[in-house]
Parts: sequence; structure tokens; C-alpha cells
Amino acid sequence: CTSDLDVTPIDPNLATADKVLDSEEAFAQVLAKIYAGFAVSGQQGPAGDPDLVGFDEGHSQYWRGYFVCQELPTDEAVNGWADGDLPDVSQVDWGANNGFIRQFYYRAIYQVSLANEFIRQANRLGKPEYSNLPQYMAEARFLRALSYWHALDLFGNGVPFVTENSAIGSVLPLPAGENPRGPELFDYIESELLAIVGEGEDKSQVLADVGQTYGGQANKAAAWMVLAKLYLNHNIYRGELDNAYYTKARTYINKVTSAGYSLITDADAVAGDVYSPYEYLFLADNYKADNEIIYSINSNGDDTRTYGGMTYVVAASIGGDEMKPNDYGMANGWGGNRTTKALVNKFSVDDNRALWFTTGQQLEIEQQDQFTHGYAVVKYKNRTRSGGYGSNEGKSDWTDINIPVFRLADAYLMAAEVDLRLDGAVSGASRAYLQEIADRAGTTLPGTIDLDWILDERARELYWECHRRSDLVRFGKFTKGYNWPLKGDALQGKDVDDKYNLMPIPFTDITANPNLNQNPGY
Amino acid sequence: QQMTVSGTVTDAADGMPLPGVTVAVKGTTTGTITTPDGNYTLSVENGQTLVFSFIGYKSQEIVATNTTINVALEEDIIGMEEVVVIGYGTTKKKDLTGSIQTVNADDFNQGAIASPQQLINGKVAGVQITDGGGAPGEGATIRIRGGSSLTASNDPLIIIDGVPLDGGDVGGMRNPLNVVNPNDIETFTVLKDASATAIYGSRASNGVILITTKKGSGAGMKIDYAGNVSVATKANELDILSANQYREVLTDKFPDNVGLMGEASTDWQKEVYRTAVSTDHNLAMSGMIADKMPYRASVGYNLSNGILDESSMERTTASINVNPTFFDDHLRVNLSAKGMFVNNNFSNTGAVGAAISMDPTQMITGDMFEPYGGYFTWTRGDGTPNGNAPDNPRALIDQRVDKSKVNRFIGNAQFDYKFHFLPELRANLNIGMDMLESQDDPKEVMAGAAWDTDAYLRGGSYEKYKLKKENKLLDFYLQYTKNLDAIDSRFDVMGGYSWQHFWTENTSGSWFNLPNEDGDFVRDPENLTRNENYLVSFFGRLNYVLSDKYYLTFTLRNDGSSRFSEDNRWGLFPSVALAWNVKEESFLEGSDVLSTLKMKLGYGVTGQQNIGSDYGYFGTYKSGQPTAQYVYYNNVTGSYDRVPLTTIRPNGYDENLKWEETTTYNIGFDYGFLNNRISGTLDVYLRETKDLLNQIPVPAGANLTNELVTNVGSLENKGFELSVNAIALEGSDYSWSIGANVAYNENEITKLTRVEDPNYLGVQTGGISGGTGNMVQIHQVGQPANSFFVYKQIYGTNGMPIEGLYEDVNGDGQFNESDLRVYKQSAPKVMLGLNTNFNYKNWDFSMAGRANLGQYVYNNMASDGGFYNRMQISGEYLNNLNKDVFNTGFNTAQYLSDYYVQNASFFRMDNITLGYDMSDLLNNNMKMRVYTSVNNVFVITDYEGIDPEVSGGIDNNIYPRPRTFLLGVNVTF
Repeated sequence: CTSDLDVTPIDPNLATADKVLDSEEAFAQVLAKIYAGFAVSGQQGPAGDPDLVGFDEGHSQYWRGYFVCQELPTDEAVNGWADGDLPDVSQVDWGANNGFIRQFYYRAIYQVSLANEFIRQANRLGKPEYSNLPQYMAEARFLRALSYWHALDLFGNGVPFVTENSAIGSVLPLPAGENPRGPELFDYIESELLAIVGEGEDKSQVLADVGQTYGGQANKAAAWMVLAKLYLNHNIYRGELDNAYYTKARTYINKVTSAGYSLITDADAVAGDVYSPYEYLFLADNYKADNEIIYSINSNGDDTRTYGGMTYVVAASIGGDEMKPNDYGMANGWGGNRTTKALVNKFSVDDNRALWFTTGQQLEIEQQDQFTHGYAVVKYKNRTRSGGYGSNEGKSDWTDINIPVFRLADAYLMAAEVDLRLDGAVSGASRAYLQEIADRAGTTLPGTIDLDWILDERARELYWECHRRSDLVRFGKFTKGYNWPLKGDALQGKDVDDKYNLMPIPFTDITANPNLNQNPGY
Repeated sequence: QQMTVSGTVTDAADGMPLPGVTVAVKGTTTGTITTPDGNYTLSVENGQTLVFSFIGYKSQEIVATNTTINVALEEDIIGMEEVVVIGYGTTKKKDLTGSIQTVNADDFNQGAIASPQQLINGKVAGVQITDGGGAPGEGATIRIRGGSSLTASNDPLIIIDGVPLDGGDVGGMRNPLNVVNPNDIETFTVLKDASATAIYGSRASNGVILITTKKGSGAGMKIDYAGNVSVATKANELDILSANQYREVLTDKFPDNVGLMGEASTDWQKEVYRTAVSTDHNLAMSGMIADKMPYRASVGYNLSNGILDESSMERTTASINVNPTFFDDHLRVNLSAKGMFVNNNFSNTGAVGAAISMDPTQMITGDMFEPYGGYFTWTRGDGTPNGNAPDNPRALIDQRVDKSKVNRFIGNAQFDYKFHFLPELRANLNIGMDMLESQDDPKEVMAGAAWDTDAYLRGGSYEKYKLKKENKLLDFYLQYTKNLDAIDSRFDVMGGYSWQHFWTENTSGSWFNLPNEDGDFVRDPENLTRNENYLVSFFGRLNYVLSDKYYLTFTLRNDGSSRFSEDNRWGLFPSVALAWNVKEESFLEGSDVLSTLKMKLGYGVTGQQNIGSDYGYFGTYKSGQPTAQYVYYNNVTGSYDRVPLTTIRPNGYDENLKWEETTTYNIGFDYGFLNNRISGTLDVYLRETKDLLNQIPVPAGANLTNELVTNVGSLENKGFELSVNAIALEGSDYSWSIGANVAYNENEITKLTRVEDPNYLGVQTGGISGGTGNMVQIHQVGQPANSFFVYKQIYGTNGMPIEGLYEDVNGDGQFNESDLRVYKQSAPKVMLGLNTNFNYKNWDFSMAGRANLGQYVYNNMASDGGFYNRMQISGEYLNNLNKDVFNTGFNTAQYLSDYYVQNASFFRMDNITLGYDMSDLLNNNMKMRVYTSVNNVFVITDYEGIDPEVSGGIDNNIYPRPRTFLLGVNVTF
């Protein structure tokens, strides 16, 4: 009976690739997994059967990890949990084996592997009659480029480089480039994005045009945004300044701003709405804000459950004895994330974007582990425009808030920044964009706009949207020249080593893969 | 009156007549001897007792009431003639070549024993049995000679009457071993070294335990009843602040938060524990039907109540063994069936931890808590329960029902045929099955249970879990035995085939009691998983004995497992053992002092394939659950309809997955002095495991996961085991015996990566409570597995640890996670077992105890409960404190301080028993023994937590082991 030893899965949810991938729908479902890889942490939801192992599953969720890396080490957020070496992240004092940085590193590269597998199998098992498959492949390439860009931004040009042509198994991937700052990964992401917006040599796999996709599905504008951000940060990523890239940034920002998007304003309000138009972007029904949100990672309390994502962002920002989770459409508060006075003090009194909860909270942070030190941030709420609840009825922690990854206001601010970097002054058109943002916020624009103002305005407009660390690095203010509470493990903040501009390649991967080089200083 | 009694005396084993048996009338000089055909005739008074005795057989006493008395005498197996069960067969103890230790029913631990493994705890050198806690029928971690694996299972293979258990946990049941009633067990045989275990090949790396159950024998019918009643009490409780202390400390430390305190003084630990009374009844009937068919049937009923309120296990067992023989004993059949029906009540073990955290100034129930079922609840400003706050321990118990029902059946039929034309050749066929069904019965969270915020808001919830297992077995072997008198040799050779199929199905899901606005009740959608694997094996053994002095055993097993790809599927596991009966040599023949001396050398290779995944070697795609979908919104039409899509995930895999291989070298000595009045064994061993199945980080991007179970690394166990059994005193009406064993084991990881890398840190493990994702242990090269991995605490001049101050161990001028270092091991270095028996006339007295030395425990109860800031959380709610806070003065959590890694060496007096034997009741027709015992009598340790015996080394929310007082009776008639 030795033939009994040849088994195939008898589990109804498990099968081999050849059996599963026999229809266009099946490819859509595997593509959905790449999207879901940004939204949930495993195949069970909210926890169980995780994508990544060896971590607390909730922590290993993509956006939670990205928030930890992009927000906690900045003036916008402080976390107070005694979770291993998490406090070090808020203190910009991490080592080469920090577990929370490591989690995001593996999550980002995991997403790349998922996309590679999709493209590999689509090449192998795709059929000509699967008419949507080329667009699906373009979406997979977009999601891969997005994760590669995140990896490049946080970990540099020396991250492992794998594509659909890399074998699965015991191969040791090579780094994208020998130096932590260099052109290799930048060039790859650029060429991929150009190809899927229809500007490469091979135009067979192209994203859908603006207005032709579902909410939460990538279109050309999403890829233009990544291209623009790539170009805007090129001097950081490549290690040298080249104005030609700012010009390219302008090109793609212009494509975004002229694609038909518009800011959410009072005009979008209807009778009975209880929140401000700015807040519409961060509510349970923010799928309706699709005139401003260019690309979102979608969530839903019934279908997409996670301990990361917006559940984390909202629940972790509710704590203390005065805040009521129900006000934010939640069953619980986790009491972890607050903001610092460095952010709060950037706002004028009439700025309606300053969404703090201050009762029982003190602005001054004296102890990192006390939630009541620092203002609570109530920017994201699992409530609808009219004040109703999401699909959880306020009775669980699963939210409906879609993560606004890219939105038009960001592109407006980038347009003004490129003007300043290329021409030294903001153009009339860009100033008009800024005016729109200011009008919505209820603030007034200064007579002269400079880069420092842009950096501050980006904080005011985009805080807690995972742009901050990249912005501070681009403006040269992340390690030195600008300090905020807890930076450098000092209550009022202090300068830290320049090595922190790049995060370390986790020690575990340096060990597992001798081809990789550690980033300098770690 | 005077009468003539006659009859035949036979050998109980083969039914052959026994000549020369002495038949005497008790208390007189009258007697006779059986004839060559085993017959006798004797004249006696009615009611006098006949004593049948014969050298090498157990004497029997029978009251003369009939004129015909036929007697079957059983062989008196002592010492080296004892028959020992080995893999696929039996052997005499004197012919053993491997390291095998047997514990018979007579030597089992006594007292309140609900689970089989407790019968031999402390009895076998090198076997560590750690109960998971004090819950009734609790499972245990069994380690033989330390673990040989890191990620794969370290559990020994357990075989009950020839049916190997599959080794997996049984959901809905605390202990998979509970399938056997401890009262039905005849022997435990522990196979330790590879020369003994290698016949089980790929599952034998962690040792093998063979359990045999009692069988019927002898003539007539015998009825045994064993029953007891026991009282379990809380042996110890955790040192936390009393209500008054709490008020004092909070007022001092957090004057702003005193308003959160209540008016009551509640001892929460007292509220959740109880004194529990349990009973156990067993009835067994055994005998012989029609002179041909020995049988034994038993039923058992055990009601074990735990000291945590409401926890219990009610177990009914039934077993039957029938061993008929046919064709002049040429065909022996062994039919065995065991059924088990268990009703578990798990109570809510969350109450153990909650009782420690809950503010002692709060009342248990109150009118204002009506929305929460009347139980005190921490709430937020708007009156909703605060999901982060400690849960009311009483509410945890009272507002949840967590019961399960488990039915299991293990049965097998074994046919042993001695060929008519060639009696030296035997064929043995064994067909067996192990079926199990386990389900919630019921599992519910009541409406108003504030500690489960989701369920509270949705009127409660319920769960349905169901597990099914169907394992099937077929073994067949041929054995040829031959004596070659010409060269003073005998040998036997055996070869066989084994096929096993393991099949499991799991269904689980949970639902709310009230729908949401979409009419949806689902909490966790129903999830069905199904798994199977096959194991196909060929095995053989050769035994050769020369002059009863020199022994050779060679075994070989070829295992094929469906868990590996075709290229790696088959594993070959050889072993060879040599033994030398030194005592039989002429130069020792004259020695009166030395009665036994045997030397054994063993070498063998065993494997491990219990890797947790049945399809780890090929790529699979897995569908997601409805709660892990991706949702698009249809904004093309402007309707914003939700478009959810079930995802399909490609899973990571390692196509090169293969066996883990352990090579064992063993030198053993059996010794005996003074006619074996002092006897024992000494074993020295080295075990090397290579191709460790280890979950390691894979190079990022190289696979579809970040960590994989793969074959990398190696580890080593070395040590020795010494056991001594001595009869210290022996007289006509008294005896005193002492048994002691000591085992020393050193575990070291010798390799963890494919490429040698001195900088490689290792694999962090050992998750703790407190924070999220904190881990305090590591597998690191050069260190024992599961060593602690913590910061080096710096202490002040007053001897108290300085909060947050740790040594910059790597000296880089910075203090961060690079300064974590290996500190102490969690497994014991030395284990001792001690037991003694004293008999005087009808009285017997016994004690058994154990010690583990050189083991450390991370006191998670203190690290998560012993810092002042824990008293109040952001002004939301209060927590009680572990009194350890007075030793440290810590304000904030210091989870990774080595302060909490504490020496947990201990000596535990497991059991003291006093019994009285009344053997001559009802004219000797009834035997009775009454006894009383105490279990978990006392523990001597420096460890500051509640109990130093913690599996895995992290002391965290353990169900406390009770102290149990028992009164029992055994009756035979």
C-alpha cells in the first residue's frame, strides 16, 4: 500500500495551484489576497491562520506595521505599550533586531512574494479568454511596486530583490543594489510603474483609467502617485540630486491633479451630516469620499476583520477614563497612541483639522506609558457622516474605515513643494490648490510659502496618514535640526544619529541571507 | 466433616499438567504431591484450607468445600525471568539488550490518580512528567531524556495494547491519555535508548511508552472492586495585596485615583476556589470461560471535581480483554476493546488570572450592575464595559458554560499463529482502530457577560466545536525462533509490515445570540479543516544469544510517510545492541555478593516526523474565511455596493522537507547484589539530532512566508540515569524497601543555520503575558533549548533591582535589544525520584517524592503583576498587585529583566499512603485493603511563585495543583 503515501489535500479549503487556478474568477481571488494582504493579517480574520508567523498576529498586519514605522518615530505619535522593544520606536532608539521594524520588513517583502507568485502563475496558467487577466497582472505589479517603494523608503536600496522570475524555495535573494542609497531598486520600481500606466515599451498589462475601477482597486492615478513620490524623494533614495526627477515628479502630479479628482468640501455635505468635510475622509463611510481619495485599502466590519489596520489606529488612540469608545464606533479602547505637543502646536486655533480629545489628557508627556500624557487623536472614527454606526453597530472593534493611502490634498501639497524645489517659488496654480486646502481647514495662507511651511502644512493636513517619517527625512529633519518629545529617549527630544534615517535590515534576514548587507551604523 | 478431595493441577500459562506440586492442608502436617499427570487425592475436613505450592509458581490457597478442586498455578515471575513487552513482541528481562524500564501495577503511585501518566511519575529515571496544572484529568508533558526536537513534537510515542496513539492533542479534552482507566493498566514500559525504540523508526526519537492493560487468567471468576473518595484543597495561593494593603498603597501612590476604589474587602482567590470532593469506582470481573478463554471486563466511573469552582471531569470507562486460544494453543487471539465517555466541565480558567488582577476593594455583585448580570464590572464613562480592565472572576465562572463531551474507542484484534508444521515459526496479525469524537456540550457566554464586550452587546454568544479522529492500523509480522544446541546458541528473527492511516476533521464556529442590523449572527464563521497522513513501514529484528552470556540485537525499520515528497519519503532507521551477561562468566560464578551484572551497548537511529503539517512539502492554495475577504466598493455606478471577494492565498512550503534524525549511543549496566536485594541499572547516553525540524526565518522574498519548518540545525542530549532498588529490611512479618533514581541531562543546541554564522542570535520563543508579543526565551547555538533571553538587571546597594537599569552587555555604549543575553535554562539538569515502602504485618506505608534541580522559571505572575503603575491604568480602572512589588519597587513593567528568572529547583512529596490489609475475610473468600493517602503533600523550594513545577519554564496563569486527601478500599472475591 505504498501508493497511499501520495496524498493531495482533503481539506475543502486547500488545493494545489493547478487545481485552483482554472478560471478568471480564481485569479481575481488570488489578486484579492494581495489587496487583502494590506488589510488583514491572515486567512481567518481577525486572527488565525496568519500570513506571517513568529509575531503577534495583529502587530504583523501591513498598515499597523507601516504606522509603527512611519508615525511612531515622529512628532505625530507616541505609543505607550510595554510591548517588547516597541517603546524604542517612539524614541528613535531602535537596534538592528527591533521586532516591530522586523515585522513590517517581512510584511512588505511578503507582499512582493505574493505578487510574484500571482504573476508567475498567471504567465503559466492564464488563458487568452481571461480578458481581465492582463489588468489583474498590472494591479499585482502595482501592489508589488507599492510595497517595494515602502521597503526602499524605510530600508533602502539593499533589500532583497525578487521578481516573478525568482524560484521559490531555498534560493538566497540578492540585494537590489550593493549600496543602501543607489539607483537599482528605484529604477526597477520606476520602470514597473511606467509600464503599467501605459508608458513602457510593453503596453500589454495596463491599469484601468480613473473612474473605471471599484473603490479599493488600483487605477492609473494610484500608480502616478507612487511615481511622483518616488521622484520627489529621488535624492534620498538614489543618494544624489537630479532636478530632472523633480520635473518628472511635476509631470505625474499634474496627471493626478487633472484627472478629475476634487477635494471634499462643504458642497459634499447633506442635511444631517454631523462631521466636517475634512473628517469625511476618515469615517466609516469614507468610501463615499472617492472624489478625493485616489487609492484606499478597504476594510469592512463584517468581511474584513483585523487587529491591525484602522481597528488598530482607532482603538489604540482611545484610552483614559474620559473617552468613550462608542463615540468612535468602537467597543474597546486599547489606550496606546497619542500625539505630542510638537504636532498640536503647529495648529492655529481656528484650524478644524486639529481633532484632539483633551479632557483628562495633559499635553506634556512626562511618562511614555501613560496614555493621558499627550493629546488623544480622534481623526479616524468608525462612524458615518450622519453620526450613525458602521456595520459593527459600535459593538465590536471591526471598522469600516478605508485606509486613505493617497488622496488629492497630498498631491496638491506635493505640487507646491516641487515648485519650491525647482523654481524657488510656488506657482499660482499650486497656490490655488493650497488655498483650497486652507479654505476647508478654516485657516489662512501666509503671504510667502516656503519649504518649512510646506513641511508643517503636510503635518497639519496629513498627520497619522503614514507620510510623516518620509517627509521628515526628505526635509532633512528626522535625525537632527528638529526635535520633539521622546525623540532620542529624552522627554523634550534630542538629536539622534543620522543612521536612523534608514531602518536596519533585520538581523534575522542578514543571518538567513548572507548576500545582504546591513545598513550603515547598525 | 471428613471428605476426599481430588483434582488436577495445571500450568495456568499452557494448561499442561504439573507433576510434583505440594498440596498441603493449612495449619497441619497433612499433605501430598501431584502425580506425573498432575492429579492428587487428599482427605480433609470440610472448610479446611488447601495450599498448592510449587517452585517457580505462585502458591494458591483454596478452601475445601467441593470434592473436586482443579487448580491452575501461575508462574511466579521474579527478577530476570520477568517477561517484558518490547516493540512487536515480548522478551525475558534477562535477554534485554536495550534500555527499557517497566513499572508494574504493584509499583504504581497511589492516591488520587485520574490520569495514567501520574501512575509512574518519579518512578523511571530520565522520564519527566509535568502535569499541566491541577485541573481534573489534566494533561501532562512527558519528556524522556530531554527533548530531541525544537519545533517538532517532543512527546514520546505512546502505544496502548499494540495501538499507537497519533500524538496529537484532543480538543475538548485535557489529556489524550485519559482513554485508559488507570485501574486497568497492568504495566508501563518505557523504551529509552534507540536500540529499543528504533523498531518504531520515525516516531521513536523521544522514546516510546508501551501500556498494557490487565488480562484475565486463572480458573474461576474473580471480582475486584476498587473505590475511593477524595477531598482536594487549595495547596497554596499567590501572594497579592489584601484589600487593606491595597487601599494603603493606592492612597500613597495614586491619590488621584482613590475614587475608583470600592468599599468592599474581597478575597478573589477565595471566591473562585473551593474544596472539592471526588469519587472513583471500578469494578472488574475476570476469569476463564470453558477452560479456553481467559477474559477480563471492567467498568470504571470517575468523578473528579477541581478546586476551581465548577471544574470537573466525569469519566466512564469500559474495557474488555478476551484471549482465547485455538488448535492446541497454536492460535492465540487477543481481543481488546476500550471505550471512554467523558463529560468535561472546564469552568473558566481565566478566573485564575483574573482573581489575581481584580481590585480587592470591589464587591462581587451589586444592584447597580444589573446590566452585567449583577456582577461588578469596570465601565467607561458611557456605562459600557471596559474591555481592557480585569474581568470579575466570579462573572467569568458564572457567566460562561464550557463543557465538552468526548467519546473514544480503541480496539484491536491480534492473532498469533504458531505454524502446525513448523512451531518455531509464528505469524502475528494486529488490526486496530482508534476512533474519537469530541464536541462542545455546550459552550456559551451568557447575555450580560461584560467581560466579553462583543457578546455583551449582542446578548451573549455560543460556540460549536467538533473534532473527529479515525486512525487505523494494520501490523503483520513473522517470527522464527530456533535453538541451536550444538553451538549453544539461540536466535530469533522477525520481519513485518505496518500500515497506519491518521484522519482528523475539525469544525468550529461561533455565533451571537442576537442579530445585527443585517440579520447576521456570525461571530466566527464555521470553519472546517480536514487532514490525513499515512505511514507505511517495513521492520525487522534479529536476536542472537550465545551461551546465555552474549547477546546481539539488530533492528531495522524503513518508514514511509506521506508528509514528505517522493525524494525524501523513506527513512531507514537501524539499530544494533550488544549485551554481555558478565555474571554468567566463570570468574564471577563463585561471587555471593554480586548476583547480577550485565553490560549493554546500544546504537540506533530514530526519526521524527510529527511536524504539525501534513502537506508541508508541496505548494498549496488556501481559501480565506468570510471574515478575511477583500471588499471593493462599486463606485462606478455610484451605488457604492459592497463587492466582497473571498481570497485565495498561496502558502509557503519547503519541498525538501524530510525526517529529523536522532542517533543515540547508550552504555548500560544492570546490577544486583546480595541475591538481588539491591539491584538497579545505570545508563549513560549521548543523543545527537540532526536535520532538526525547526521553524526558522527564511530569507525574505525566497518563499511565501517569513518562517518555515525546515530541516536545519542539530542538537545534543547527554546524560546518565541511575536507579537503585533495595530491600533494606526483611523479616517474617515486616519489610522495608527503598527505590531511588537520578537522571542528569545536558541539552545543547549545536547548530541552527545552514551556514555557520557566529553572529546568528537564534530563534526567540517563550511568549509571556503582559504587553503583546513579548518573548523571554531563545534557541541559541551552544545553549540549551528554551534558555531564557533577558536583560541583565543592575541592583542597588540596598540589594533591590534598579528600575530600567540594565547592563550594556555588548558594551556598545547603548542599551537596546542587542543587550539581551542568554541566562539560565528552563529544563531541569537533575531529576531525582525517591520512593519507599514499609510493611508490617497487615499494615503498609509508602511515600513517593521527586526533585528537580537546576531548573529556572520565569515568574510571569510577578513580572506582570508586580509594578506600581499597574494599580491604575490611565485613571480608567484598577488592578491588584503581586506582593513581589515590595521586593523591587518597580513602577513600570520590566518584563525582560533577569530578576524574574528564578531558581525553581524543588522537592515535592507527591504521595504518602497508609494501608491495612484484611486478607482473610469470609473464610478467606474475600480480600480487602483499606488505605488512606495524601497527594501533593508538600513542596520545598526557593521559588517565590505559587508552584515551581511549570512546563516550559514560564509561570503564567497555572491552575494550582491541589492537595488531595483520599480514603480508598480494594476488595477482591
